[in-house]
Formats: sequence, C-alpha cells, structure tokens
Amino acid sequence: MTKSRNPSAPAGKPGRPLPRLVRATDRLTNALGRFVSWFVLAMALIGAYNALVRYLGRFTGASLSSNLYLELQWYLFSLVFLLGAGYALKENAHVRVDVLYGRLGRRARAWIDTVGAAFMLLPFCVFLLWVSWPSVRNSWTIREVSPDPGGLPRYPLKAVIVVCFALLAIQGLAQLAKDGRALLEKGREDESGGGPDDHAPEDEGGPGAAGPPGTAGRPGADGDDSDRRAAHETRTGL
Amino acid sequence: MEGNVLAPLMFAAVFLIIFSGYPVAFALGGASLIFAFVGVELGYFDWNLLHAMPERVFGIMSNYVLLAVPFFIFMGLVLEKAKLAEDLLTTIGSLFGRHAGGLALAVVFVGAMLAAATGVVGASVVAMGSISLPVMLRYNYSKHLSSGVILASGTLGQIIPPSIVLVVLADQMGISVGDLFVGGLVPGLMLAGMYALYVVGVAIAKPSAAPALPAGMTDVAFRTLLRQVTLVLMPPLLLILVVLGSIFAGVATPTEAGAVGAVGAILLAAARKRMSMSVLRDACRDTTKLTTMVMFLLIGSTAFALVFRGLYGDIWIENLLTNLPGGQIGLLLVANLAIFVLGFFLDFFEIAFVIIPLLAPAASLLGIDLVWFGVMIGMNLQTSFLTPPFGFALFYLRGVAPPSVKTTDLYRAVVPFIVIQLIGLLAIVLWPQLVTGLLGR
Repeated sequence: MTKSRNPSAPAGKPGRPLPRLVRATDRLTNALGRFVSWFVLAMALIGAYNALVRYLGRFTGASLSSNLYLELQWYLFSLVFLLGAGYALKENAHVRVDVLYGRLGRRARAWIDTVGAAFMLLPFCVFLLWVSWPSVRNSWTIREVSPDPGGLPRYPLKAVIVVCFALLAIQGLAQLAKDGRALLEKGREDESGGGPDDHAPEDEGGPGAAGPPGTAGRPGADGDDSDRRAAHETRTGL
Repeated sequence: MEGNVLAPLMFAAVFLIIFSGYPVAFALGGASLIFAFVGVELGYFDWNLLHAMPERVFGIMSNYVLLAVPFFIFMGLVLEKAKLAEDLLTTIGSLFGRHAGGLALAVVFVGAMLAAATGVVGASVVAMGSISLPVMLRYNYSKHLSSGVILASGTLGQIIPPSIVLVVLADQMGISVGDLFVGGLVPGLMLAGMYALYVVGVAIAKPSAAPALPAGMTDVAFRTLLRQVTLVLMPPLLLILVVLGSIFAGVATPTEAGAVGAVGAILLAAARKRMSMSVLRDACRDTTKLTTMVMFLLIGSTAFALVFRGLYGDIWIENLLTNLPGGQIGLLLVANLAIFVLGFFLDFFEIAFVIIPLLAPAASLLGIDLVWFGVMIGMNLQTSFLTPPFGFALFYLRGVAPPSVKTTDLYRAVVPFIVIQLIGLLAIVLWPQLVTGLLGR
C-alpha cells in the first residue's frame, strides 16, 4: 500500500466494486479499533499493578516489578494509538479547527476533506512508510530487543509503525472515496443546510468524538453527533 | 537570503491550512512535507533531517510521561459514564441547596473536583451543563449566574491538577509534571474560591438571582443526606486525594497515580453497582479516540518542528521573542496575547504541541520560571476558552443548554467570570509565590 494515487483524481468513481471495498475497509478499521481499545483497560491494570508493586517493594524489599511489565504498558499504549489511528480517522475523532469548517455546507466540507486527504494525509502516510521502512527492517534483521534486562523484543513493535501508516493510508483512501463520491453524486441537490459529518454513516456506535478533546466525554456516546451539530449550528448562527 | 523567508512563510501557511478545517494532525504533517520539498528545491533544507522521523515517532511511543494521558482520560470517562459525577452534583446540590446560592456553589465545588479528575474541558462543561443547568433554572436561578458558573467551573480543569493539560504542558516544556501540578494547585483553588465568593456575593446582593430551594425540597431526612454524603461524596473525593497526594508526596509518578486512579474509578463504579460492560466499553473506546487524536497531533507537530527547525524557524522565533522591547515583560505580554487569541481558534493540544515549544526556550533564556510560565499559560487558555464569541466552553454549553437560554445570555453570563480570571492572572503575575511558593523556590 505504498503507492501514492494520483491525487487529482478523487478515488471515488461511483462504480460498483468500490463501495464494497470501502465498506470492507471501514469494517476492518472498526473491528481493529474496537479490539485495541480494550488494551486501554489492560494498560490501566498493568500500570496499577506496577505502581502497587513498586510501592510495596519499598517495605518488603521484594521486587516483583520487572521491565517486562513496565514495557508492556507502553507497548499496549502504542498499539492502541497506532492501530487505532484509522479508527479515529473514520470516526472523525481527529481535531479540526472548525471556525470555518463548521459553517460550511456538506459539499464544501467534502471538498476540504478530499483535498486534505489527497495532499496532506496520504503523502504524510507514504512519507512515513518510506522513511521508517529501513529502520524497521534493520530492527527486524537484528531482532532488536529492549536494552533493559528482562525487556521485550523491540522489532515487532517497530514493525507496527509501518502497519499503522499502511492501515491509515488505506483508511485515508476509503475516506477519499466516500468524500469523492459525495462530491460526484450530490452535484445538484447539495447544501441541505449545514448537515454534519457524512463520514462513516453506515455504522452504529456513534460518530464519536469530533472536535476538541473532551467531546468523547459526553454523557452517552451516541449523543455526540447531535451535540456537535448543535455546536455547529451555534457557530453558524453567530 | 530567501531561506530566511521560508520559515515565516511556512508558519503562516501552516496556520492557513489548519484553518481549512482538515484534521490538524495531518494538516501539520502534510504541510511540513510540502515545505520540506520546497526547502530542498531551493537548497535551504537538508532532506536527511527527515530521517529522524521514525526515531521521533518511537520516542513518542515510549514516552513515559505521556502514558499518564490515557490513564487520566480513562479515569474521568469512567466516573462520568458510570454517572458518579452526576450523583456528586445532585448530592452536593441537596446539601447546599437550602441556602441562597447553594446550587451554584455546588457547581463550583463539583467543577473543581470533576475538573481535577478529568481535566477535559468539554467533558465537564457538558456534564455539568446537562445535569445542573436545568435544575438551577427550574428553581429560578438567573440564567446568567447559572450558565456563567457552569462555564467557569467547567474550564477550571485546565489548571487544577491532575489535569492532562498540565501533563502535556510539562512534557512539552521539559519540566517535571509533579512540579507543575504543585504549581497549579494554589492558583486553581484560588480561582475556585473567587468563583464561590462571587456566587455568595450575588446571593446576598440579589437573592432573586439565586434563591434557596423551597423548604419541601431540602427536608429529606438528615440521616439520608448524611448517608448520601458518605456514600456518594466521600469515595470520589478520596480517590482524587489519593491520586494527587501520592504525586505530591513523591510516592508515585503521575503515570503510576493515573493508572491507580483509573483502576480506582472502576472499583468505585463497581462498588456503587454502576459498572457494566457498556460503561467499560464506551470508556475504552472514547479513551482510544481521544488519546489517538492527541498522539497523532504530536506526531504531526513533530514533523512540523523538524522541518521548521531545519529552516531555522526556531532561531527566527527565538530572536523575535528575546529581542522584544521590555525583555521579560515584553515576552510575557506577547506570549499571553498570542495564546489568548490562538485559544479562540486552536484547541489546547495544538497550542501545546506547536506554540509552546517555540515559546518555552525564549522564556527560559530570559530567566522566566517555566513552572510559573506553564501555570500562567494554563490560566490564560482557560480565560480564552471562556471568552465570547469564540470560546470553546461556550459552544459546549450551547450544545446542551435549553433554548430558553440564548447565546447572548451565555455571552453576558461569562463576563463576571472573565473579570475574575483576569484578576487571577494579575495575581500570579504580581505574586509569583502563589505558584512557586509550595515548590520552595
């Protein structure tokens, strides 16, 4: 997935096979994101265990903690955000400055997202794939291990960096396809009054945390979208 | 010579691109890449600098301090999704409600506590807005007092530790998280105290704006109330005290304390029989989305920093800032103004990752205490988030406020609190000991 598509041609010709591919990508991204989100719980448990054991170790002298558990918590965290990257993209959870974006209609937003994906997101992913490939391959050939005693192997984790940006690029293409299609299809009857994000409409589970951080912390994840809509309308109505 | 123009040009262009509304993380990354190409073409940029990127990404992954971010977010989300935060508000409300202004005081109190637990502005404003605004309005509190107090208390999470804002700031400024927590404690409590004073003042001067609850409401038997307080109020309060106390006492690192706090929140929710698979699942998913957003913003801004530095942009900014007329005071004025205005448009994390690394070295060069500087930035941003017409907090509350509360009501509501904020800011400028006193500097 390292080839960069010609950015001027939005990938979303509304042909037959594409939507299925896009849907499959969405499903994969979703499943992976939801799966790794459980690592958050595991991290917290391991982190609390590490803290407790270190604290108790002061009194008992017994050192139950090990680099294995210390490293495991940030390994898990890395997996969460590296493998959750596409999920966050699909759920529109990456912050936007929506002073302008929030006032725009659906079509204008699709334009911004199309251009952004083609000229910002995809090149950035391709660049990171290209630039990190040698160091990942190197780490893999020498079977790099943590320099600390009892530490974990490094090379599989470094490989995840490549996986991350490959998956992110694939999801980026899927978003591009969706936005491009929206642009082509809604040629005539667009601008139905500042409708909110049309990303990821086909999935339950709430379009999630858009906008500034904390959005996700709202009561009831499914209320997010309506809240955000209200926020948009406020901006629009200023 | 044109090379000197490239850095300012990049700075301006990146901001323009960010304003398009494309996700900031990728806008930063993509725009940096474009400027790297331009720089290479013009012969002002060494492409090899970009080979540091994988190492930087790995550095972000293995950053122990940033590991505290998901823990604190998760802790706050569990408390909120298990409706423990809501209980807190209603309990304190019934505790204070019998007095004029009591409900508003409850909001200040819970705001300070909830903020301490989550440190996520949007979350606390929305939570308190949706729970307490209707209650206050039902009991004839003035629209202005009730929405103002919610907005101000909800944004207090910026500087009351343990907020993720302070964790990220400390990481970006290269200072100890524990120190910044200690530094933020007194100013944060001071602000909460001033909000409370204002509420009491209003209740005395204009009782109709903040009436006591009707007698029938507060007559719930004293014993049930006592039971509620011990059951509902004490446990979260204790959790926060343990988390903060262990950091302040140097027993635990903020990361450790965050992990313990996260597990503690789960246990609290379970003890009150509020834990369910769906609560846990939602908290995990939302934590994933939020932390992914934060970490990718950091990756994007790392690319920005790499290219910007390669184009000598850091030197440009540093010269600009250290040669301001007035030295320290000039820098503080410019930094404050810049952050205040940027706070209208950019979210905290963008400011922390892009702007702070540019400001901190200059501040340090001019002999400004970075802990104090960090707290001041936190307070400034909080004020910015409150200020109409762009303040983030206003949009969050707008989203959950009933239609009877108009947007202009919100604008009027925050004015007294903005004045309080400015007094607070002035106070820490005049008496830096408010921040540094507990640190023994």
